[in-house]
Amino acid sequence: MTNESLTIKEAHEGLVKKEFSACELAKTHLEIIKKENKNIFAFLTITEDLALAQSKAVDELIAGGAYLPLLAGIPCAIKDNMMVDGVKCTSASKILENYVAPYDATVVKKLKDLGAVILGKTNMDEFAMGSSTENSAFGITHNPRDLERVPGGSSGGSAAAVAANQTVYALGSDTGGSIRQPAFCCGVVGLKPTYGAVSRYGLMAYASSLDQIGPLAKTVEDARIVFNAISGRDPLDSTSCEIESTQDYSNKKFTIGVPREYFIEGIDPQIEKIIRGKISQYESLGHKIEEISLPHTEYALACYYIVATSEASANLARFDGIRYGYSAKKAKNLLEIYLQSRGEGFGAEVRRRIMLGTYVLSAGYYDAYYLRAQKVRALIKQDFDEAFQRVDAIFTPTSPSLAFKIGEKTQDPLQMYLSDIFTVSVNLAGIPAISIPCGKIGELPVGLQVIAKPFEEAKIFAIAKDLEE
Amino acid sequence: MLSKEETEHIAGLARLGLGEEEIERYQKDLSSILDYIEKLKEVDTGNIKPFTHPVEMSNITRLDEVKPRNKEQTEKLIKLMPDQKDGYLKVKSVFE
Repeated sequence: MTNESLTIKEAHEGLVKKEFSACELAKTHLEIIKKENKNIFAFLTITEDLALAQSKAVDELIAGGAYLPLLAGIPCAIKDNMMVDGVKCTSASKILENYVAPYDATVVKKLKDLGAVILGKTNMDEFAMGSSTENSAFGITHNPRDLERVPGGSSGGSAAAVAANQTVYALGSDTGGSIRQPAFCCGVVGLKPTYGAVSRYGLMAYASSLDQIGPLAKTVEDARIVFNAISGRDPLDSTSCEIESTQDYSNKKFTIGVPREYFIEGIDPQIEKIIRGKISQYESLGHKIEEISLPHTEYALACYYIVATSEASANLARFDGIRYGYSAKKAKNLLEIYLQSRGEGFGAEVRRRIMLGTYVLSAGYYDAYYLRAQKVRALIKQDFDEAFQRVDAIFTPTSPSLAFKIGEKTQDPLQMYLSDIFTVSVNLAGIPAISIPCGKIGELPVGLQVIAKPFEEAKIFAIAKDLEE
Repeated sequence: MLSKEETEHIAGLARLGLGEEEIERYQKDLSSILDYIEKLKEVDTGNIKPFTHPVEMSNITRLDEVKPRNKEQTEKLIKLMPDQKDGYLKVKSVFE
Protein backbone atom coordinates (compact mmCIF):
# COMPACT_ATOMS: atom_id res chain seq x y z
CA MET A 1 0.00 0.00 0.00
CA THR A 2 1.06 3.57 -0.40
CA ASN A 3 1.55 5.16 2.96
CA GLU A 4 2.68 8.70 2.23
CA SER A 5 -0.60 10.52 2.76
CA LEU A 6 -1.27 9.06 6.20
CA THR A 7 -2.10 11.07 9.28
CA ILE A 8 -0.35 10.34 12.58
CA LYS A 9 -3.24 8.17 13.81
CA GLU A 10 -3.46 6.22 10.53
CA ALA A 11 0.28 5.67 10.43
CA HIS A 12 0.25 4.59 14.07
CA GLU A 13 -2.49 2.04 13.40
CA GLY A 14 -0.60 0.75 10.37
CA LEU A 15 2.48 0.23 12.52
CA VAL A 16 0.57 -1.47 15.33
CA LYS A 17 -1.26 -3.77 12.90
CA LYS A 18 2.06 -4.45 11.14
CA GLU A 19 0.70 -3.34 7.76
CA PHE A 20 4.09 -1.72 7.24
CA SER A 21 7.22 -1.27 9.31
CA ALA A 22 8.60 2.01 10.64
CA CYS A 23 11.58 1.51 8.31
CA GLU A 24 9.28 1.19 5.30
CA LEU A 25 7.36 4.27 6.37
CA ALA A 26 10.59 6.26 6.73
CA LYS A 27 11.91 5.02 3.37
CA THR A 28 8.70 5.94 1.56
CA HIS A 29 8.99 9.51 2.81
CA LEU A 30 12.74 9.74 2.21
CA GLU A 31 12.22 8.63 -1.39
CA ILE A 32 9.60 11.32 -1.98
CA ILE A 33 11.87 13.94 -0.44
CA LYS A 34 14.83 12.90 -2.59
CA LYS A 35 12.72 12.82 -5.72
CA GLU A 36 11.08 16.19 -5.13
CA ASN A 37 13.69 18.22 -3.31
CA LYS A 38 15.07 19.60 -6.59
CA ASN A 39 11.69 21.09 -7.49
CA ILE A 40 10.25 22.00 -4.11
CA PHE A 41 13.38 22.34 -1.97
CA ALA A 42 11.62 21.96 1.34
CA PHE A 43 14.69 20.37 2.98
CA LEU A 44 18.11 21.85 3.66
CA THR A 45 19.44 18.64 5.22
CA ILE A 46 18.09 15.12 4.83
CA THR A 47 18.97 12.97 7.85
CA GLU A 48 18.58 9.56 6.24
CA ASP A 49 20.94 7.70 8.59
CA LEU A 50 19.28 9.15 11.66
CA ALA A 51 15.79 8.35 10.32
CA LEU A 52 16.72 4.77 9.49
CA ALA A 53 18.36 4.21 12.88
CA GLN A 54 15.36 5.69 14.71
CA SER A 55 12.83 3.68 12.69
CA LYS A 56 14.81 0.49 13.20
CA ALA A 57 14.67 1.01 16.96
CA VAL A 58 10.90 1.44 16.73
CA ASP A 59 10.56 -1.73 14.64
CA GLU A 60 12.41 -3.60 17.38
CA LEU A 61 9.98 -2.20 19.95
CA ILE A 62 7.06 -3.38 17.84
CA ALA A 63 8.62 -6.81 17.34
CA GLY A 64 9.04 -7.06 21.12
CA GLY A 65 5.35 -6.30 21.60
CA ALA A 66 6.04 -3.17 23.64
CA TYR A 67 3.56 -0.34 24.10
CA LEU A 68 3.90 2.08 21.20
CA PRO A 69 3.50 5.83 21.84
CA LEU A 70 1.42 7.60 19.17
CA LEU A 71 4.42 9.39 17.68
CA ALA A 72 6.74 6.36 17.69
CA GLY A 73 7.91 5.53 14.20
CA ILE A 74 6.11 8.53 12.71
CA PRO A 75 8.29 10.58 10.33
CA CYS A 76 8.69 14.29 11.05
CA ALA A 77 10.68 17.26 9.84
CA ILE A 78 12.27 20.02 11.92
CA LYS A 79 12.69 23.64 10.90
CA ASP A 80 16.36 24.46 10.58
CA ASN A 81 16.41 26.90 13.49
CA MET A 82 15.93 24.07 16.01
CA MET A 83 18.84 21.94 17.11
CA VAL A 84 19.08 18.21 16.45
CA ASP A 85 22.25 16.89 18.12
CA GLY A 86 24.99 16.17 15.58
CA VAL A 87 23.02 17.53 12.61
CA LYS A 88 23.80 20.74 10.74
CA CYS A 89 21.68 23.64 11.99
CA THR A 90 21.94 26.78 9.88
CA SER A 91 18.78 28.88 10.31
CA ALA A 92 19.21 29.13 6.52
CA SER A 93 22.07 31.57 7.09
CA LYS A 94 25.54 31.69 5.59
CA ILE A 95 26.84 32.71 9.00
CA LEU A 96 25.94 29.20 10.29
CA GLU A 97 26.61 27.28 7.07
CA ASN A 98 28.89 24.77 8.81
CA TYR A 99 27.38 24.83 12.28
CA VAL A 100 26.64 21.39 13.72
CA ALA A 101 24.17 21.37 16.62
CA PRO A 102 25.98 20.34 19.83
CA TYR A 103 22.77 19.28 21.61
CA ASP A 104 19.05 18.64 21.12
CA ALA A 105 16.43 21.34 21.47
CA THR A 106 13.93 20.38 24.19
CA VAL A 107 11.17 19.86 21.60
CA VAL A 108 13.46 17.57 19.62
CA LYS A 109 14.44 15.65 22.73
CA LYS A 110 10.78 15.19 23.62
CA LEU A 111 9.97 13.87 20.16
CA LYS A 112 13.00 11.57 20.18
CA ASP A 113 12.01 10.18 23.58
CA LEU A 114 8.63 9.27 22.07
CA GLY A 115 10.30 7.43 19.20
CA ALA A 116 9.84 10.05 16.48
CA VAL A 117 11.70 9.53 13.20
CA ILE A 118 13.48 12.68 12.03
CA LEU A 119 13.70 12.93 8.24
CA GLY A 120 15.57 16.20 8.03
CA LYS A 121 15.79 19.95 8.54
CA THR A 122 13.50 22.24 6.60
CA ASN A 123 14.20 25.42 4.69
CA MET A 124 13.13 28.79 6.07
CA ASP A 125 13.69 32.51 5.77
CA GLU A 126 17.08 33.28 7.27
CA PHE A 127 16.72 33.43 11.08
CA ALA A 128 12.93 33.20 10.55
CA MET A 129 12.82 36.71 9.10
CA GLY A 130 10.42 36.72 6.19
CA SER A 131 7.06 35.66 4.84
CA SER A 132 8.02 33.69 1.73
CA THR A 133 11.11 31.52 2.43
CA GLU A 134 12.84 33.54 -0.30
CA ASN A 135 15.27 34.90 2.30
CA SER A 136 17.03 31.55 2.69
CA ALA A 137 20.75 31.73 1.92
CA PHE A 138 20.56 28.30 0.29
CA GLY A 139 17.66 28.50 -2.14
CA ILE A 140 13.95 29.17 -2.47
CA THR A 141 11.26 26.69 -1.42
CA HIS A 142 8.47 26.30 -3.96
CA ASN A 143 4.81 25.91 -3.04
CA PRO A 144 3.78 22.31 -3.84
CA ARG A 145 0.29 23.57 -4.84
CA ASP A 146 1.84 25.80 -7.53
CA LEU A 147 5.59 25.65 -8.06
CA GLU A 148 5.75 29.24 -9.33
CA ARG A 149 4.52 30.50 -6.01
CA VAL A 150 6.06 30.91 -2.55
CA PRO A 151 5.07 28.54 0.27
CA GLY A 152 4.79 31.46 2.69
CA GLY A 153 7.25 31.87 5.51
CA SER A 154 9.23 31.78 7.49
CA SER A 155 8.42 28.08 8.14
CA GLY A 156 7.89 27.58 4.40
CA GLY A 157 9.96 24.40 4.17
CA SER A 158 8.00 22.76 7.00
CA ALA A 159 4.63 23.72 5.44
CA ALA A 160 5.67 22.61 1.95
CA ALA A 161 7.03 19.29 3.26
CA VAL A 162 3.72 18.50 4.98
CA ALA A 163 1.65 19.64 1.98
CA ALA A 164 3.72 17.51 -0.41
CA ASN A 165 3.43 14.41 1.81
CA GLN A 166 7.18 14.44 2.34
CA THR A 167 6.60 14.13 6.06
CA VAL A 168 3.64 13.31 8.29
CA TYR A 169 4.14 16.48 10.32
CA ALA A 170 6.75 19.14 10.97
CA LEU A 171 7.81 21.64 13.59
CA GLY A 172 7.94 25.33 12.80
CA SER A 173 8.41 28.53 14.77
CA ASP A 174 6.11 31.54 14.74
CA THR A 175 7.19 35.06 15.67
CA GLY A 176 4.70 37.09 13.64
CA GLY A 177 2.84 34.42 11.66
CA SER A 178 5.67 32.14 10.54
CA ILE A 179 3.69 28.93 11.19
CA ARG A 180 0.17 30.12 10.32
CA GLN A 181 0.86 32.10 7.14
CA PRO A 182 2.78 29.25 5.41
CA ALA A 183 0.09 26.83 6.63
CA PHE A 184 -2.42 29.11 4.87
CA CYS A 185 -0.32 29.25 1.68
CA CYS A 186 0.26 25.48 1.50
CA GLY A 187 -3.14 24.30 2.74
CA VAL A 188 -2.10 22.60 5.96
CA VAL A 189 -2.90 23.05 9.66
CA GLY A 190 -0.52 25.25 11.68
CA LEU A 191 -0.65 26.12 15.38
CA LYS A 192 1.06 29.01 17.16
CA PRO A 193 0.77 28.00 20.83
CA THR A 194 0.39 30.38 23.77
CA TYR A 195 3.60 32.18 24.68
CA GLY A 196 5.27 29.90 27.24
CA ALA A 197 3.38 26.74 26.30
CA VAL A 198 6.34 25.16 24.49
CA SER A 199 10.00 25.27 25.56
CA ARG A 200 12.29 27.23 23.26
CA TYR A 201 15.54 25.77 24.57
CA GLY A 202 17.55 24.97 21.46
CA LEU A 203 15.53 27.26 19.19
CA MET A 204 17.65 30.03 17.66
CA ALA A 205 16.14 33.22 19.05
CA TYR A 206 14.73 35.86 16.72
CA ALA A 207 12.42 37.95 18.95
CA SER A 208 12.27 36.44 22.41
CA SER A 209 9.01 38.03 23.58
CA LEU A 210 7.21 36.70 20.48
CA ASP A 211 8.83 33.40 19.36
CA GLN A 212 6.94 30.14 19.84
CA ILE A 213 7.46 26.64 18.45
CA GLY A 214 4.44 24.79 17.09
CA PRO A 215 3.30 21.99 14.78
CA LEU A 216 2.41 21.99 11.09
CA ALA A 217 0.26 18.98 10.26
CA LYS A 218 -2.28 17.49 7.88
CA THR A 219 -5.17 17.55 10.36
CA VAL A 220 -6.25 19.33 13.53
CA GLU A 221 -6.04 16.02 15.41
CA ASP A 222 -2.40 15.60 14.33
CA ALA A 223 -1.57 19.16 15.42
CA ARG A 224 -3.15 18.37 18.79
CA ILE A 225 -1.11 15.17 19.21
CA VAL A 226 2.16 16.98 18.42
CA PHE A 227 1.31 19.97 20.59
CA ASN A 228 0.57 17.71 23.55
CA ALA A 229 3.91 15.96 23.01
CA ILE A 230 6.06 19.10 22.91
CA SER A 231 4.33 21.41 25.42
CA GLY A 232 5.01 21.86 29.12
CA ARG A 233 7.42 23.46 31.52
CA ASP A 234 11.12 23.04 30.89
CA PRO A 235 13.68 24.10 33.51
CA LEU A 236 15.96 25.11 30.62
CA ASP A 237 13.49 27.78 29.40
CA SER A 238 12.41 30.10 32.22
CA THR A 239 9.50 31.44 30.13
CA SER A 240 7.91 28.01 29.73
CA CYS A 241 5.07 26.82 31.92
CA GLU A 242 2.81 23.87 32.56
CA ILE A 243 -0.64 23.94 31.05
CA GLU A 244 -3.35 22.84 33.40
CA SER A 245 -6.30 22.21 31.14
CA THR A 246 -8.66 19.42 31.93
CA GLN A 247 -11.72 21.07 30.48
CA ASP A 248 -13.78 19.07 28.02
CA TYR A 249 -14.92 21.19 25.10
CA SER A 250 -16.61 18.49 23.05
CA ASN A 251 -20.24 19.18 22.04
CA LYS A 252 -20.08 22.69 23.53
CA LYS A 253 -21.83 25.58 21.80
CA PHE A 254 -19.56 28.59 21.43
CA THR A 255 -19.91 32.31 20.90
CA ILE A 256 -17.51 33.38 18.18
CA GLY A 257 -16.30 36.93 17.61
CA VAL A 258 -15.60 38.15 14.09
CA PRO A 259 -13.55 41.36 14.25
CA ARG A 260 -14.57 43.91 11.64
CA GLU A 261 -10.97 45.19 11.39
CA TYR A 262 -9.98 41.93 9.66
CA PHE A 263 -12.34 42.45 6.75
CA ILE A 264 -10.97 45.71 5.50
CA GLU A 265 -10.12 47.04 2.10
CA GLY A 266 -7.12 45.20 0.70
CA ILE A 267 -8.32 41.73 1.55
CA ASP A 268 -8.82 39.51 -1.52
CA PRO A 269 -12.64 39.49 -2.01
CA GLN A 270 -12.55 35.80 -2.93
CA ILE A 271 -10.82 35.02 0.38
CA GLU A 272 -13.39 37.08 2.26
CA LYS A 273 -16.21 35.15 0.55
CA ILE A 274 -14.75 31.76 1.52
CA ILE A 275 -14.11 32.85 5.12
CA ARG A 276 -17.60 34.35 5.51
CA GLY A 277 -19.10 31.17 4.03
CA LYS A 278 -17.19 29.04 6.51
CA ILE A 279 -18.31 31.22 9.41
CA SER A 280 -21.99 30.88 8.34
CA GLN A 281 -21.53 27.15 8.08
CA TYR A 282 -20.18 27.10 11.64
CA GLU A 283 -23.15 29.21 12.78
CA SER A 284 -25.53 26.65 11.27
CA LEU A 285 -24.04 24.05 13.62
CA GLY A 286 -25.69 25.96 16.46
CA HIS A 287 -22.89 28.32 17.47
CA LYS A 288 -23.39 32.04 17.94
CA ILE A 289 -21.56 34.54 15.73
CA GLU A 290 -21.02 38.10 16.91
CA GLU A 291 -19.34 41.01 15.20
CA ILE A 292 -16.69 42.51 17.47
CA SER A 293 -14.05 45.22 17.28
CA LEU A 294 -10.33 45.00 17.98
CA PRO A 295 -9.72 48.72 17.53
CA HIS A 296 -5.91 48.74 17.62
CA THR A 297 -5.50 46.13 14.89
CA GLU A 298 -4.27 48.65 12.33
CA TYR A 299 -1.30 49.51 14.56
CA ALA A 300 -0.20 45.93 15.17
CA LEU A 301 2.17 45.62 12.24
CA ALA A 302 4.05 48.85 13.01
CA CYS A 303 4.22 47.81 16.67
CA TYR A 304 5.48 44.38 15.66
CA TYR A 305 8.31 45.70 13.51
CA ILE A 306 9.62 47.83 16.37
CA VAL A 307 9.42 45.09 19.01
CA ALA A 308 10.66 42.26 16.78
CA THR A 309 13.59 44.11 15.22
CA SER A 310 14.68 45.57 18.57
CA GLU A 311 14.84 42.10 20.07
CA ALA A 312 16.47 40.69 16.93
CA SER A 313 19.23 43.29 16.99
CA ALA A 314 20.08 42.17 20.53
CA ASN A 315 19.64 38.42 19.94
CA LEU A 316 21.76 38.40 16.80
CA ALA A 317 24.61 40.24 18.51
CA ARG A 318 25.83 36.76 19.53
CA PHE A 319 27.01 36.13 15.99
CA ASP A 320 30.37 37.80 16.39
CA GLY A 321 32.57 35.67 14.12
CA ILE A 322 34.58 34.61 17.15
CA ARG A 323 32.97 31.82 19.10
CA TYR A 324 31.21 29.89 16.34
CA GLY A 325 29.89 30.31 12.84
CA TYR A 326 31.39 32.19 9.92
CA SER A 327 34.55 34.10 10.71
CA ALA A 328 35.99 36.49 8.12
CA LYS A 329 39.43 35.29 7.16
CA LYS A 330 40.83 38.58 5.92
CA ALA A 331 40.11 40.56 9.08
CA LYS A 332 43.18 42.20 10.57
CA ASN A 333 41.87 43.13 14.00
CA LEU A 334 39.00 42.45 16.38
CA LEU A 335 36.68 45.16 15.02
CA GLU A 336 37.20 43.96 11.46
CA ILE A 337 36.26 40.43 12.51
CA TYR A 338 32.92 41.72 13.76
CA LEU A 339 32.25 44.00 10.81
CA GLN A 340 33.26 41.58 8.08
CA SER A 341 31.88 38.37 9.60
CA ARG A 342 28.48 39.96 10.23
CA GLY A 343 28.43 42.04 7.04
CA GLU A 344 29.26 39.01 4.87
CA GLY A 345 27.55 36.31 6.93
CA PHE A 346 24.06 37.81 7.28
CA GLY A 347 21.70 38.14 4.32
CA ALA A 348 20.02 41.36 3.18
CA GLU A 349 16.79 41.04 5.18
CA VAL A 350 18.54 40.05 8.41
CA ARG A 351 20.87 43.04 8.07
CA ARG A 352 17.86 45.27 7.37
CA ARG A 353 16.10 44.14 10.56
CA ILE A 354 19.24 44.42 12.68
CA MET A 355 19.69 47.96 11.33
CA LEU A 356 16.08 48.90 12.08
CA GLY A 357 16.24 47.41 15.59
CA THR A 358 19.55 49.12 16.31
CA TYR A 359 18.12 52.44 15.13
CA VAL A 360 14.96 52.34 17.22
CA LEU A 361 16.94 51.38 20.33
CA SER A 362 19.71 53.92 19.75
CA ALA A 363 20.25 56.89 22.06
CA GLY A 364 17.43 59.42 21.92
CA TYR A 365 14.92 57.21 20.12
CA TYR A 366 13.96 54.70 22.82
CA ASP A 367 10.89 56.61 24.06
CA ALA A 368 9.66 57.51 20.59
CA TYR A 369 9.81 53.99 19.25
CA TYR A 370 10.33 51.07 21.64
CA LEU A 371 8.50 52.47 24.65
CA ARG A 372 5.61 53.70 22.49
CA ALA A 373 5.41 50.32 20.77
CA GLN A 374 5.22 48.51 24.11
CA LYS A 375 2.36 50.81 25.14
CA VAL A 376 0.50 50.13 21.90
CA ARG A 377 1.21 46.45 22.50
CA ALA A 378 -0.53 46.72 25.89
CA LEU A 379 -3.56 48.20 24.08
CA ILE A 380 -3.58 45.37 21.54
CA LYS A 381 -3.54 42.86 24.38
CA GLN A 382 -6.31 44.78 26.11
CA ASP A 383 -8.44 44.62 22.92
CA PHE A 384 -8.23 40.83 23.07
CA ASP A 385 -8.87 40.68 26.84
CA GLU A 386 -12.03 42.72 26.39
CA ALA A 387 -13.20 40.67 23.42
CA PHE A 388 -12.72 37.42 25.34
CA GLN A 389 -15.06 38.66 28.04
CA ARG A 390 -17.85 38.42 25.46
CA VAL A 391 -16.77 35.65 23.11
CA ASP A 392 -15.15 32.22 23.46
CA ALA A 393 -12.97 32.48 20.39
CA ILE A 394 -12.28 34.73 17.42
CA PHE A 395 -12.35 33.84 13.70
CA THR A 396 -10.38 35.76 11.08
CA PRO A 397 -8.78 35.07 7.72
CA THR A 398 -5.15 34.00 8.32
CA SER A 399 -3.85 36.16 5.47
CA PRO A 400 -5.34 38.88 3.26
CA SER A 401 -3.88 37.42 0.05
CA LEU A 402 -3.13 34.06 -1.57
CA ALA A 403 0.35 32.58 -1.92
CA PHE A 404 2.09 35.06 -4.22
CA LYS A 405 4.47 34.54 -7.13
CA ILE A 406 8.15 33.98 -6.40
CA GLY A 407 9.96 37.32 -6.74
CA GLU A 408 6.76 39.36 -6.59
CA LYS A 409 7.51 41.11 -3.30
CA THR A 410 11.26 40.78 -2.84
CA GLN A 411 12.03 44.34 -3.97
CA ASP A 412 9.63 45.98 -1.53
CA PRO A 413 10.20 45.00 2.11
CA LEU A 414 7.10 46.83 3.32
CA GLN A 415 4.80 44.95 0.90
CA MET A 416 6.32 41.71 2.16
CA TYR A 417 5.72 42.74 5.79
CA LEU A 418 2.02 43.28 5.02
CA SER A 419 1.64 39.51 4.46
CA ASP A 420 1.63 39.18 8.25
CA ILE A 421 -1.01 41.81 8.95
CA PHE A 422 -3.57 39.29 10.31
CA THR A 423 -1.13 37.18 12.30
CA VAL A 424 1.17 39.57 14.22
CA SER A 425 -1.40 40.72 16.81
CA VAL A 426 -1.62 37.20 18.23
CA ASN A 427 2.14 37.12 18.89
CA LEU A 428 2.10 40.59 20.42
CA ALA A 429 -0.66 39.49 22.80
CA GLY A 430 1.01 36.13 23.55
CA ILE A 431 -2.17 34.17 22.79
CA PRO A 432 -2.69 30.93 20.82
CA ALA A 433 -4.06 30.65 17.28
CA ILE A 434 -4.41 28.01 14.62
CA SER A 435 -4.75 28.26 10.84
CA ILE A 436 -6.79 25.57 9.16
CA PRO A 437 -7.48 25.09 5.44
CA CYS A 438 -11.06 26.01 4.59
CA GLY A 439 -11.26 26.18 0.82
CA LYS A 440 -9.40 26.92 -2.38
CA ILE A 441 -9.31 29.50 -5.11
CA GLY A 442 -8.14 27.52 -8.13
CA GLU A 443 -5.33 25.38 -6.75
CA LEU A 444 -4.45 27.87 -4.04
CA PRO A 445 -5.54 27.20 -0.46
CA VAL A 446 -7.31 29.62 1.86
CA GLY A 447 -7.05 29.32 5.63
CA LEU A 448 -9.11 30.47 8.58
CA GLN A 449 -7.54 31.54 11.85
CA VAL A 450 -9.05 30.58 15.21
CA ILE A 451 -7.78 32.62 18.17
CA ALA A 452 -8.45 31.96 21.86
CA LYS A 453 -7.35 33.01 25.34
CA PRO A 454 -3.93 32.05 26.71
CA PHE A 455 -3.57 28.30 27.35
CA GLU A 456 -6.87 27.46 25.65
CA GLU A 457 -5.30 25.30 22.96
CA ALA A 458 -7.77 22.53 23.84
CA LYS A 459 -10.66 24.84 22.98
CA ILE A 460 -8.98 25.84 19.72
CA PHE A 461 -8.61 22.17 18.74
CA ALA A 462 -12.26 21.44 19.57
CA ILE A 463 -13.50 24.34 17.45
CA ALA A 464 -11.05 23.70 14.61
CA LYS A 465 -12.11 20.07 14.38
CA ASP A 466 -15.70 21.13 13.72
CA LEU A 467 -14.50 23.53 11.04
CA GLU A 468 -12.29 20.96 9.35
CA GLU A 469 -13.45 19.68 5.99
CA MET B 1 14.56 60.57 5.52
CA LEU B 2 17.61 59.10 7.26
CA SER B 3 20.86 60.70 6.22
CA LYS B 4 23.76 58.71 4.84
CA GLU B 5 25.79 59.56 7.97
CA GLU B 6 23.02 58.32 10.27
CA THR B 7 22.78 55.10 8.29
CA GLU B 8 26.53 54.58 8.52
CA HIS B 9 26.41 55.30 12.25
CA ILE B 10 23.69 52.65 12.74
CA ALA B 11 25.67 50.09 10.72
CA GLY B 12 28.66 50.83 12.96
CA LEU B 13 26.62 50.39 16.15
CA ALA B 14 25.26 47.10 14.79
CA ARG B 15 28.79 46.01 13.81
CA LEU B 16 27.72 45.41 10.23
CA GLY B 17 30.40 46.08 7.61
CA LEU B 18 28.39 47.45 4.70
CA GLY B 19 29.48 48.75 1.30
CA GLU B 20 28.55 52.08 -0.24
CA GLU B 21 25.70 50.57 -2.26
CA GLU B 22 24.20 48.78 0.73
CA ILE B 23 24.30 51.92 2.84
CA GLU B 24 22.28 53.68 0.14
CA ARG B 25 19.83 50.79 -0.10
CA TYR B 26 19.25 50.65 3.66
CA GLN B 27 18.99 54.42 3.88
CA LYS B 28 16.03 54.20 1.51
CA ASP B 29 14.51 51.00 3.01
CA LEU B 30 14.75 52.12 6.63
CA SER B 31 13.29 55.52 5.81
CA SER B 32 10.19 54.03 4.22
CA ILE B 33 9.72 51.54 7.08
CA LEU B 34 10.15 54.34 9.63
CA ASP B 35 7.54 56.40 7.75
CA TYR B 36 5.14 53.49 8.10
CA ILE B 37 5.96 53.10 11.81
CA GLU B 38 5.09 56.79 12.34
CA LYS B 39 1.50 55.52 12.36
CA LEU B 40 1.93 54.68 16.04
CA LYS B 41 1.98 58.39 16.88
CA GLU B 42 -1.76 58.48 16.16
CA VAL B 43 -2.44 56.29 19.20
CA ASP B 44 -3.17 57.99 22.52
CA THR B 45 -0.81 56.19 24.90
CA GLY B 46 -0.94 58.79 27.69
CA ASN B 47 -1.83 56.66 30.70
CA ILE B 48 -0.97 53.27 29.31
CA LYS B 49 1.56 51.11 31.13
CA PRO B 50 4.01 49.55 28.68
CA PHE B 51 3.65 45.85 28.03
CA THR B 52 6.35 43.76 29.71
CA HIS B 53 5.36 40.08 29.76
CA PRO B 54 3.07 38.07 27.46
CA VAL B 55 2.22 35.76 30.37
CA GLU B 56 2.31 36.89 33.98
CA MET B 57 4.95 34.94 35.86
CA SER B 58 6.78 35.64 39.08
CA ASN B 59 10.56 35.48 39.15
CA ILE B 60 11.81 32.14 37.93
CA THR B 61 15.08 31.29 39.61
CA ARG B 62 17.35 28.32 40.00
CA LEU B 63 20.30 27.46 42.20
CA ASP B 64 23.53 29.03 41.01
CA GLU B 65 25.56 25.87 40.88
CA VAL B 66 28.14 24.40 38.56
CA LYS B 67 26.88 21.31 36.84
CA PRO B 68 29.32 18.74 35.57
CA ARG B 69 29.64 18.53 31.79
CA ASN B 70 31.08 15.55 30.05
CA LYS B 71 34.18 15.87 27.93
CA GLU B 72 32.35 14.90 24.77
CA GLN B 73 30.00 17.87 25.17
CA THR B 74 32.92 20.26 25.71
CA GLU B 75 34.71 18.92 22.66
CA LYS B 76 31.68 19.50 20.46
CA LEU B 77 31.72 23.17 21.47
CA ILE B 78 35.46 23.52 20.95
CA LYS B 79 35.08 22.02 17.50
CA LEU B 80 32.67 24.79 16.58
CA MET B 81 35.22 27.51 17.34
CA PRO B 82 36.65 29.16 14.23
CA ASP B 83 40.09 29.28 15.82
CA GLN B 84 41.38 27.57 18.97
CA LYS B 85 44.54 26.50 20.71
CA ASP B 86 44.72 23.73 23.34
CA GLY B 87 40.98 23.95 23.86
CA TYR B 88 41.00 27.73 24.34
CA LEU B 89 39.21 30.13 22.01
CA LYS B 90 41.72 32.16 20.01
CA VAL B 91 40.92 35.78 19.24
CA LYS B 92 42.74 38.63 17.54
CA SER B 93 44.63 40.94 19.86
CA VAL B 94 42.41 43.57 21.43
CA PHE B 95 45.19 46.12 22.00
CA GLU B 96 47.63 47.07 19.29
